[in-house]
Amino acid sequence: MKLEAVIGLEVHVQLATRTKIFTSASAAFGGAPNSHTDPYTLALPGTLPVLNRAAVDAAMRLGLAVDCEIASCRFARKHYFYPDSPKGYQLSQYEEPLCKGGVVPFLLDGEVRSVRLTRIHMEEDAGKSMHLAGSPVSLVDYNRCGVPLCEIVSEPELRSAAEAGAYLRAIRQLVRWLGISDGNMEEGSLRCDANVSVRPVGESKLGTKAELKNMNSFKHVEAAIEYEIARQSDLVARGERVVQETRLWNADKGTSHAMRSKEQAHDYRYFPEPDLPPLTVDPAAVERLRAQLPELPLARWRRFQSLGLSAYDAGVLTADRNIADYFDGVVRVGVSPKLAANWISTEVLSRDGWRVEAAALGELIALIENQTISGKIAKDVFDKMWATGKGARAIVEGEGLTQVTDAGVLEPACRAAVEANPKQVAQYKGGNEKMIGFFVGQVMKATQGKANPAMVNELLKKLLA
Amino acid sequence: MTITDGGLAEVAQAIRARQVSAAEVTDAYLARIAAIDGTLKCFYRVDEAGARAQARAVDERLARGEDPGLLAGVPVGLKDLFVTEGLETTAGSKILEGWIPPYDGTPSKKLKQAGAVLVGKLSMDEFAMGSSNENSAYGPVRNPWDTTRVPGGSSGGSAAAVAAGLVAGALGTDTGGSIRQPAALTGTTGLKPTYGRVSRYGVVAFASSLDQVGPFGRSALDCAYLLQAIAGHDAHDATSLGSPVPDYLAACARPIDGLRVGIVRSWVAKLDRELAALVEEAFNTLERLGARLVDVTLPTSEHGIAAYYIIATAEASSNLARYDGVRYGLRVPGENLNAMYARTRSAGFGDEVKRRIMLGTYALRSGYYDAYYLRAQKVRTLIRNEFARAFGAVDVIATPTAPSVAFKLGEKTDDPLAMYLNDVFTIPCNLAGIPGMSVPCGFSQSLPVGLQLLGPALGEETLFAVAGAYQRATDWHTRRPPA
Repeated sequence: MKLEAVIGLEVHVQLATRTKIFTSASAAFGGAPNSHTDPYTLALPGTLPVLNRAAVDAAMRLGLAVDCEIASCRFARKHYFYPDSPKGYQLSQYEEPLCKGGVVPFLLDGEVRSVRLTRIHMEEDAGKSMHLAGSPVSLVDYNRCGVPLCEIVSEPELRSAAEAGAYLRAIRQLVRWLGISDGNMEEGSLRCDANVSVRPVGESKLGTKAELKNMNSFKHVEAAIEYEIARQSDLVARGERVVQETRLWNADKGTSHAMRSKEQAHDYRYFPEPDLPPLTVDPAAVERLRAQLPELPLARWRRFQSLGLSAYDAGVLTADRNIADYFDGVVRVGVSPKLAANWISTEVLSRDGWRVEAAALGELIALIENQTISGKIAKDVFDKMWATGKGARAIVEGEGLTQVTDAGVLEPACRAAVEANPKQVAQYKGGNEKMIGFFVGQVMKATQGKANPAMVNELLKKLLA
Repeated sequence: MTITDGGLAEVAQAIRARQVSAAEVTDAYLARIAAIDGTLKCFYRVDEAGARAQARAVDERLARGEDPGLLAGVPVGLKDLFVTEGLETTAGSKILEGWIPPYDGTPSKKLKQAGAVLVGKLSMDEFAMGSSNENSAYGPVRNPWDTTRVPGGSSGGSAAAVAAGLVAGALGTDTGGSIRQPAALTGTTGLKPTYGRVSRYGVVAFASSLDQVGPFGRSALDCAYLLQAIAGHDAHDATSLGSPVPDYLAACARPIDGLRVGIVRSWVAKLDRELAALVEEAFNTLERLGARLVDVTLPTSEHGIAAYYIIATAEASSNLARYDGVRYGLRVPGENLNAMYARTRSAGFGDEVKRRIMLGTYALRSGYYDAYYLRAQKVRTLIRNEFARAFGAVDVIATPTAPSVAFKLGEKTDDPLAMYLNDVFTIPCNLAGIPGMSVPCGFSQSLPVGLQLLGPALGEETLFAVAGAYQRATDWHTRRPPA
């Protein structure tokens, strides 16, 4: 019996707002333990939540970017006792989420795929418990408590660990693109739980799922899903049943173990949060946010290819919105997109930061294109631009780096190179055509690299004929 | 006649006119507390030093010719669920014993800004759950009219303190009648404003969708002074209303000619003959004052208690989850986390609180939500609609406040259901979110009886007008309990 995997992801994205979702305490990452707290964060008696508008806007932009229906919604209390949840409940959304439906396109091996979403809802993050080895006490840090989260729930439409990984990367790319999250799995601003089941190919009913938790990198997500598919497939092959349970991934061992079964699952006793009125969504405000959305990664990936770039190059340039914006900035100067792409991937992305502005790189590339300088000289010029912040033209003119294209200058130089190296001339004439490179090198040396290589090549061939 | 015999409005006016200093007034009230609160036990704690300092500050402002605020120098007591910075706040529970809040709630802050002198924290049923003040973890309050009887609850300390002249006014909260019922049982005037009229920020929560802060005074005008100071939108409470705050003091003097007063005959029929006669007499008084009596029916409101005890307990079970021994208040150590939770909450909460947490937890269980909480919310919507319809035909509704006069301490403690039924006339108002007021309307067995006035949402001015007119025509509210 051939089996297929059925995977749905629940992705938590921390929204990078200045303050927490229901109070004005700082939402910044880190800080001395419990320094980002206030009476509400600590759930002191009498405190009340007040919804952070910036968090709602960020969540709506995310929803709009993946074609969700943005709906008036409510917050609900989700109850569980744990020290990291100071109120004894988490404010989340249950029956009435902010975003319904939606589709996330993602790239896998250069091919566009997509997964539908069930919903995106808003909620507050929990604090962090710290259990000190050998100590009878545990400590709690409430800095993270109340940081706004979006939970993105996908339909169970992913079929492999690779697809799940690619989808998750697309989410990270998108939230960074929109500027609503750092999308950092190691710091926990992007987190992922996976629901995995297997079923015979052709079966439409879902198998019994396991929920995987505790994967804090893309690699771990993929490895945990691979492991789970194999584990469940083995069970089925042996004629055993898969039990519904929550499993924790152990990255060191590369295995997962059961944390709690369905019977031990919490009853969260959801009910609508009475301390907050329903969130009414103004359609005009939604349309304003939609109109302000940037061109999204996939649209840009397609547009860059229409400029003549390969799918691969377009992928590199749309990995991050800063890169894509930079590329557009270079091309806007009027230079060849292909040349711009090459320069960005080889020279700009190999360095940290954006010290040479897009227009400045465009100016440099334009100098190559109009043969003012050679590509080789351009690399030196770029180094100087990076180091000094000066413009390409200023450096080229200031240092006399303008390419020599005057045959009256180049011809004597070529002739000198031929005359000074009779041995190599003999080799060339004896059939070693690669020797032409040697002569070009000699001419370049004599002209401090300023000679136009194509012209030199041509002149030399004539002289050596 | 001493200053403590007067009402809040008189005290405020006397201080403003500099007939008496705020310090003298505060001293007089503190002396009265020292003299008789040992018997009544209205106060959990009296902040003598703080009160005297605030009074001095008012006198200094007056001496400098500055506006000292509407409530300048007026001694006010706070039910112990108002969060007061630096002053222990327990909500009547062992679980919060020793908790010194690091912040001021909005009602206490606004009172201070208006120049009020906050005298101390008043006794209450634990987490405002009760109708007799006997659920206080720190002992019951006694009714000044008969110290063998309860003052009502849950704001029993606030009501009794105002009745006994220990404070000029007090704040309480009303979730199902916790201001109006004790006001009725102590012969004071108490108002539960429209839901959202007063901020709940810094008010220990019982049932979030029902809780509302309100004043106690000797008269409607006293209540108007207090409400004037505390009403209004608060950025810290998303459920607070943005509507402008009208002039409640002026409203107390408005004529009520031609006002339509709704009478619910079926509610009056639930009273014994003596109480019914007093309430009928009050209706007649209103008619003599120019109001027109109109019969209204509120059949859905009969289901109010059932819906209330689902919604209020469900919200309470959630609101009280934070008392876990982790961050503040009582902690009883255990061998593991769950044992600590169980021991802390077992030791910290009283029986009635535990009962309601269990009821509410049950009502919210997965699979039972629709049958209980959701259905109760639907009943609530029907009750709200029923009142909205009624207020199409009348301007206010007049009813009894409580089904009986103050009962004996211990009389109903073994019968929670009998205790719950004390709220039968007050609960529909909380479910509908409308304002309700209780004013003294006579005595039965030498104990005060209250008349309840209900108005449409944000109809506080009409309630003040009716109560003001009624109190100009009667003297029930001026009667004082035996010293």
